[in-house]
Amino acid sequence: MKFDTPATTNPIDQLKVIGKPTDRIDGPLKTTGTAPYAYERHDAVDNPAYGYVVGAGIAKGRIAAMDLAKAKAAPGVLAIVTADTAGKLQKGNFNTANLLGGPEIEHYHQAIAVVVAETFEQARAAAALIKVRYTKTPGQYDLEAVRKDAPPAEKGKNDVKIGDFAGAFAQAAVTLDATYRTPDHAHAMMEPHASTAQWDGDKLTVWTSNQMIAWGAGDVAKTLGIPKDKVRLISPYIGGGFGGKLFVRADALLAALGSKAANRPVKVALTRPFMFNNTTHRPATIQRIRIGATKDGTITAIGHETWSGDLPEGGPETAAEQTKLLYAGANRLMATKLAVLDLPEGNAMRAPGEAPGLMALEIAMDEMAEKLGIDPIKFRVLNDTQVDPAKPERLFSQRQLIKCLETGADTFGWSKRKAPGTARDGQWLTGMGVAAAFRNNIVMKSAARVKLDAKGVVTVETDMTDIGTGTYTIIAQTAAEMMGVPLDKVVVKLGDSTFPVSAGSGGQWGANSSTAGVYAACVKLREAVATSAGIDPTKAVFANGRVRSGNKSVALGDAVGVNGLVAEDLIEFGDLGKKYQQSTFGGHFVEVGVHAATGEIRIRRMLAVCAAGRILNPKSARSQVIGAMTMGAGAALMEELAVDKRHGFFVNHDLAGYEVPVHADIPHQEVIFLDETDPMSSPMKAKGVGELGICGVGAAVANAIYNATGIRVREYPITLDKLLDRLPEVV
Amino acid sequence: MDDASDPDFNRRDVLVGTTASFALTGGGTAAAQPIAVSAPVVSKVAFRVNGKDQVLDLDLRTTLLDALREHLNLTGTKKGCDHGQCGACTVIVDGRRINACLSLAVMHEGDEITTIEGLGTPTDLHPMQAAFVKHDGYQCGYCTPGQICSAVAVLDEIKAGIPSHVTRDLTGTVELSPAEIRERMSGNICRCGAYSNIIDAIEDVAGVA
Repeated sequence: MKFDTPATTNPIDQLKVIGKPTDRIDGPLKTTGTAPYAYERHDAVDNPAYGYVVGAGIAKGRIAAMDLAKAKAAPGVLAIVTADTAGKLQKGNFNTANLLGGPEIEHYHQAIAVVVAETFEQARAAAALIKVRYTKTPGQYDLEAVRKDAPPAEKGKNDVKIGDFAGAFAQAAVTLDATYRTPDHAHAMMEPHASTAQWDGDKLTVWTSNQMIAWGAGDVAKTLGIPKDKVRLISPYIGGGFGGKLFVRADALLAALGSKAANRPVKVALTRPFMFNNTTHRPATIQRIRIGATKDGTITAIGHETWSGDLPEGGPETAAEQTKLLYAGANRLMATKLAVLDLPEGNAMRAPGEAPGLMALEIAMDEMAEKLGIDPIKFRVLNDTQVDPAKPERLFSQRQLIKCLETGADTFGWSKRKAPGTARDGQWLTGMGVAAAFRNNIVMKSAARVKLDAKGVVTVETDMTDIGTGTYTIIAQTAAEMMGVPLDKVVVKLGDSTFPVSAGSGGQWGANSSTAGVYAACVKLREAVATSAGIDPTKAVFANGRVRSGNKSVALGDAVGVNGLVAEDLIEFGDLGKKYQQSTFGGHFVEVGVHAATGEIRIRRMLAVCAAGRILNPKSARSQVIGAMTMGAGAALMEELAVDKRHGFFVNHDLAGYEVPVHADIPHQEVIFLDETDPMSSPMKAKGVGELGICGVGAAVANAIYNATGIRVREYPITLDKLLDRLPEVV
Repeated sequence: MDDASDPDFNRRDVLVGTTASFALTGGGTAAAQPIAVSAPVVSKVAFRVNGKDQVLDLDLRTTLLDALREHLNLTGTKKGCDHGQCGACTVIVDGRRINACLSLAVMHEGDEITTIEGLGTPTDLHPMQAAFVKHDGYQCGYCTPGQICSAVAVLDEIKAGIPSHVTRDLTGTVELSPAEIRERMSGNICRCGAYSNIIDAIEDVAGVA
């Protein structure tokens, strides 16, 4: 099905199942520990051996020598695979560094060997016996040091120059020129990267934890140099991803290589302390923002330049992107610079670009509002744009930013906000902050297969993944709505590369795109079922487990006969996304308390108001938003990968050193979804919401801290040491 | 260029201002002490898991977590960090919750162990499991069994009057407040960020919602 004209009324609009806050259908499995994850496939794999990964102890250089003798002789060891013995490997399309290093070392903790043994304990002990001698070469690990020479990313193809930014900024009555810094962030999902691999002749099956099954199968095949149709990836449950599992990582490759070498199924999980330097992370940014405005608050010049670093051939953190679309302003400058750093590979983490970009931009907007003496919500409303500022003929499909901010202000009690540093609750300085949330809606081709059997049970198969997003449930809701059956008559099977290729989970495109693919397949199945029942498909009504037209009504099971019926289709998107700018919007509101004496920061209240198209399941969508708010709170207050600039690695590579929010850090959270349907996005009229929630929330925390203390911190995370010497005198 | 059998920093260097875990990651970098190559020492251990007697011959190095996951196929108990930082492996041993990754299996001779599988099944959920479903107190599901085991034990701890860091009166009755629950649950990390819903679920079961 090609989606190239705006959606009209369709069966989804019945909203009998879609749009309901249904409990997740995978809930009973997840809450009883019976949902199987990649390292736990006792049900599928007999007698696996255990692989333990060895990582490079230097950041850049070569392996001069590796002594495997002791490890090979260790009890239980079945095989050791290194670059020397792995055979010819290619780099996957989605990897920047090789997953198995040696002799060249591209980054610290790049995998250099896997030890396979009968037991986990034996593999781990043997891995520690491998002796490696390195020849180090100097590397570059300090973004600050290389910033000034960093060239435009991708030759500047995404950079924007509109009007005369420099002239307008110079002439503006009120200006801001400030630089903000966000550190490297770790996904730190709870399930470590893990894979179980098994060969059957030249066919490889990998049970793994991966967000993008088709990309993954393709890259496993490419890396190993075998045909893609010989590789099967199975990933029905994924213990969190956040972008860190978009790509094949060392666990999958080394399980496959280890299994081949040991002639046994092999399972490999990355240890927690290994994950931070071995896998990808969100790169640190330095962002310079300049805003010029008239005295009445109209922005005349807006500039956003961002610097980040990555390994050679890597990509930038695109932190200036949202600034192209979020606010008006006749004269515009956006530039993205990319330096080469020899740190571990930088890549996508939840809302890449916008998450750190809005952490900076939305502080800048707060600073500018204060300079102008205008309420920060009013300042944003004043500079709203209903068109793409670069192409004024191009409208937003929907844009309810103002309503998000105003609804939030009413609900949160924004009018009670006081001047900076003047609100007090006992020992605590209190303050409120606001920020806009913005994230584009991306649509991706997505296919599904739908079967209807003689019992009237609908089974959906697609290689789509559920990384905690609620995919199982919204796909079931889609199929139930389309086929006119209750939810318990739908079975959803996900995450298997033998199923039709879906959008996968990333970039908050999964929910809208994958359900649209299921919609397309169901449209086809409805036609087949109606025809089989002798009913005109154009007049068929599917409801209560039956298909009917006029006086004729047939139970679905009877309509399809003993063998059932199958339909497969995909949704493909035309150029509506080009004609209309499709984005999601929100307003974040945060109240903090900052201890007057110690500078301890506590978040007291959080509210997000979101406009993100049709909300397919308000319960799971709300969870996506509160989860993103939580991750954003972490970015605001505690998360920072500390770079050792001498040796080139992230020092705090575990969950004690890399702090993420825990229960005690997070208050009760509120989410409001505005009523919205977006006929430009898909037949579902939905948009993404899973990343919107992290966009801007960090700045709302920062702005609340400023409002509480009068102290402006432009370097995340905002820890108490950055406040302590500037806190008001304690009497 | 310089040639190094180990990186040009030593253990002391690493410990100054960093974390000790660097030296323990098995990265082939910091094997300061020689490790003896010898056959694993195996010992018999007997304990009860979810009301069922189990007798296992285990490598002394095997954690309770790996005994459950790899030897008894009770994979509901999760391995999130394997060193006591995340809480995904929380189980209840003799009525108290512990991180199963931080204790060796052979230390549990004669113990009564309850895992997530012992609380309920998909068709017969424990009230805490049902409340997590109702309040959407999970997303990816990986920390969930640990959260639920912790939550069940937390309510018992409060009932038993065991104080926490936020308890104001150490000798009085422990209040069943959101602050108490949050404090006690803070050893169970949920990176998906379902905390607000998890607290709702626990309060529902506790009868304070």
